[in-house]
Order: sequence, then C-alpha cells, then structure tokens
Amino acid sequence: MSSASSSRRVPLALIIPTLLILLVALGYPIGWQVITSFQHYGMLQQFGQAPEWVGLDNYTALFTDGYLWVVIARSIVFCLVCAGGTVAIGGGMALLMRAVSTPARLILQVALLVAWAMPVVTSMTVWIWIVDWRRGVLNWLLTRLGGDFQGHNWLVEPLSFFAVAAVIVIWMSVPFVALSIYAGLTQVSPEVLEAAQIDGATGWQRLRHIILPLIAPVVSIVLLLQLIWDLRVFTQIKLLQDAGGFANETNLLGTYIYQLGTGAGDFGAAAAVSVIMLALTVAMSWYYVRSLMKEES
Amino acid sequence: MRATKLRRGLLTLLAVVLALAWAFPVYWMVNSAFLDKATLSSTKPTFLPFGGSLDNFTTVIGDPAFGRALVISLSVTLVTVAAALAIAFLGALAISRFRFRGRASFVLALLLIQMLPAEGLFIAQYKMMSSVGLLNNVIGLAVLYTAAVVPFTIWMLRGFVAGVPIDLEEAAMVDGLSRTQAFLRITFPLLAPGLVASGVYAFLQAWNEFTVALVVMTEEQARTLPLWLRGFIQASATRETDWGQVMAASTLVAIPVIVFFLLVQSRMSSGLVGGAVKG
Repeated sequence: MSSASSSRRVPLALIIPTLLILLVALGYPIGWQVITSFQHYGMLQQFGQAPEWVGLDNYTALFTDGYLWVVIARSIVFCLVCAGGTVAIGGGMALLMRAVSTPARLILQVALLVAWAMPVVTSMTVWIWIVDWRRGVLNWLLTRLGGDFQGHNWLVEPLSFFAVAAVIVIWMSVPFVALSIYAGLTQVSPEVLEAAQIDGATGWQRLRHIILPLIAPVVSIVLLLQLIWDLRVFTQIKLLQDAGGFANETNLLGTYIYQLGTGAGDFGAAAAVSVIMLALTVAMSWYYVRSLMKEES
Repeated sequence: MRATKLRRGLLTLLAVVLALAWAFPVYWMVNSAFLDKATLSSTKPTFLPFGGSLDNFTTVIGDPAFGRALVISLSVTLVTVAAALAIAFLGALAISRFRFRGRASFVLALLLIQMLPAEGLFIAQYKMMSSVGLLNNVIGLAVLYTAAVVPFTIWMLRGFVAGVPIDLEEAAMVDGLSRTQAFLRITFPLLAPGLVASGVYAFLQAWNEFTVALVVMTEEQARTLPLWLRGFIQASATRETDWGQVMAASTLVAIPVIVFFLLVQSRMSSGLVGGAVKG
C-alpha cells in the first residue's frame, strides 16, 4: 500500500462515524423537515394517509397569518433585550472585577460560577418558587418594601411574564459573559494603562480608547453568541407557561413550533417555522463560525 | 486620597451585593430543601435552614418516580458520553493529525451544526423516532444527544490531540514500536485530561437536556430527571405545592452538575470564545 493513498484513506475512515451519526440524527430530520414544509401534513397523515404536496402554501399561510409575525417580533425583542442586558451587565461586572480587591473579585467569581453551573430546569424550579404568587420570596420582599404585591401573579400578564423570563435568562447568561470579558480584560497590560494615566488620560478616556478596543473581539463574540442563544430560548418559556402563563400570549419561536407540532398536529406548518428558524440561526452563526475557523487555520 | 478609598469601598460593596444576587437562587434552593411544609407555608419566608431536616430528601429519594427517572437519566447520559467520546476522538484525530481534502469544509460544517437549535429540529426528530419505534427509548434519545454533542466534543478534543507532540510518537516508533503501539502507549495517556474534560462536557449536556427529551420521551415511565422536575412545575400551576420537596429534588439533580461543571468550566469556555481570549 502506498503511503499516499493510505494517508488519504485514514482520515476519511476516522470521520465516518461522525458523518454517520450526524446524518442519521440531524441530516435526516432536516431533510424531512424541508420536504414536509412543502406538504400538507396534519392529523390524517399521522394515521397513515399520504401527505399532499402544497408547494409554498404552508409558508404563505404562516406569513399572511398575523400570529407568526407577532411571534417573530416578540422573539426578536426578547432576544435583543436579553442579549443586550446580559452583555451590559456582564461587561460591567468584568470591569468591576478589575477594579476591586482580590477577595471581593473571588467572591463574585465564585457566585457567578455556581449560578452558571445550575442545570436549566433546576434554575427554573427555584425561580418559579421565588416568584410564586402564594408564598414566593419576591412578593414578600416587594410588599416589605412598601408595594402591594401580596398574591400578585407574575405569570398571568404577558408583559410581566416576559419580564420574569428576561430576568431569569439574563441571570443564567451573565456568568459566561462576565467571566469571558474579564478573561479578555486580564490581557490588557497594566503598563499601558499606567502610561496613559501619567499622560493625563481620565478613567473614562482609558476605558474608551485603550480597554474597549482591546476587548472588542471578545465582546463581539459573546454578544453574537447571546443573540443566537436568546433567539432560540425554549426551556425557560415552556416551563413558565407550564407554571401558569398563557401559551398563546407568550409564545416565542421555539414554543410556537412545539405547539404547532405536538399540540395542533400541524407538522407541515411546524416544519415551515422550523426551517425559518434554522435559516435564521445559520445566517447569524456564519460570522461566528468564520471567526473560529480563522483562528483554527 | 479619601475619595479613592470611599470609591473602592463602594465598588467592593457593589461586588458583594452582585455576588449575593447571583448566588441567592442557588442558596434559596438548598435552604428551602431543608424546611418542612409548615415552615414554607408561613407568609414570612425563613432565610436560614435552622431547625430544618433531611425529611424532604428522604421523601424524594424514596419516591419510585425519582428512582425511575434517575435510572433513565443515568443510562442516557452514560451511553451518550461513551458514544460521543469514541466518535469524537476519531474525528479529532482526523482533523488534528491529517491534512486531507475537505478538511476545512468538515470543520466548518461541525461548527455550524453545533449552533443549530434543537428547537428547529425536534419536531422532525420526534417524527423520525416515532416512525422507527424509538420514542420513549433510552437508545433513541442517546442517539440524538450524541449527535448534538459530537461536533463540540471534536472541537474540544482537537486541541488536546494537537498538543501531543508527534515527535514523541515518532521517537517511540524509531525505538521499535508500531504506530498503534506508539499511539496507545505514548499519545493516549497524554490525552486523558482532554478525554475527561470532553466527557464531562457530554455528561453535562445529556444530564441537563430538556427540550429534546420533552418531545421524544412522551410517557411518564420514560421521564428523565429534568422531565420529572417539570412535573412539579406543572402541578404547581393548579394546586398547592410542597416546595421543600421540589427544592430537595432540584438540589439532588443539581449537585453532580455543579461539581462536574466547576472541574471543566475553563476548558469549555475557552472552546467557545476561541482565539478572542488568549488564556
């Protein structure tokens, strides 16, 4: 066996298992989804009737139905609020960690790590207990502070439902952002900052002209990741709906697909929304993936 | 001088307040887990678990539904970790030790796939699993989980494989070992930390996963731990809940995760932000 042909065959053999599992568990469903999004696939098809080709009907039906636009608009606003809030708070914390003494920084770092480590569903059980309308500690605290929040149900009103969801999502996401930006900040050399200070640069000028440009790459990457992750938020919304929110008034893209598919049994429409969501994610991920690739080669 | 001191003091105070805010939910979970129903039903919250007991934990552990969910979660997680490590290890070897045609596209595809939202796929995965009779099946769920974690596992492992100097392997081959022997005796032991870190990553993903499990594990008998916890949340919407028990259940699910997470956190996040932070 010539070494040239073996060195070509070995890597291909090594990636075959990866290709197989990805094709079976992701490739096939994606293919099915694209095809089904052009078919009428409802309850009858569940019981064996052949699906009917309807071309773009599912897409036109969705886009002319106002509800999809409501869900898309909600998802985008929710995503922007959460991602923006997370990066602002996380960035602020990173700067704070730089400014305080080591013990104070360590306390904050440990708290962030523990919050970050929490599995998402256990975080949700705790938060739902905290905002519980009967005996949650939040209503107790707000009442103590002078408000009238006894028996206030946060999940019934869509706006306060989303406020609770955003607080939870931001609480969960801040640790990763704060610690990543802090890691970026530790790369800023103290000598440069000191020299700038001697030259008379104020704290704000140092932040604006030295620190921010140096940490811009990490900030843009974590912001992009947050945007991608917050657009697909599902677990938090689904569980808050389970805890008493009204699904129709609080659906985001993920829960809407779930409702269309498992609830209404309209797989054609569910597939069409899924295809839209996948396309959005791939478009948003492109820049991130390119930046990782650059560093790789 | 006094102004700077004051400012520093205020910033330290702010840092401590933020630390308390972020740690509070975790503390609240553990605290409530020790308190009995009567204490938790009082209109005034109890902030310290004095006079608490382990009763909630014993009740939860004695609940057959918990045992069932634990067995299912453990089996799915173990199958996923084993399969993902085996598959990803070969893949990582391919991309870090060989330059082949299509390598760049392969890596690009992995990174893109890793970003795909489960929510954009789960209805199709549900249909696929139901058509092959693998709904409510541990292996079926593990297959979906393995595919979901393999791309990032390859990405994590790639650095470790590349970090083992190939010269070392070649030197061993000069000394008379075959390529396989050299690999098994020299390279493999050096890779152990990487395998552990990636294994823990796969463990955390499978153990915590909710979305896909919700869709393909439809029967109560087939619930994983996150789905079992969801049962409490659903129940809380309509009736009085024994939050002490829910918190004990949550604590039991969260503790292995917090321990493992703290072990591998730095490696996972450096894989995510890549070259933007040189650590």
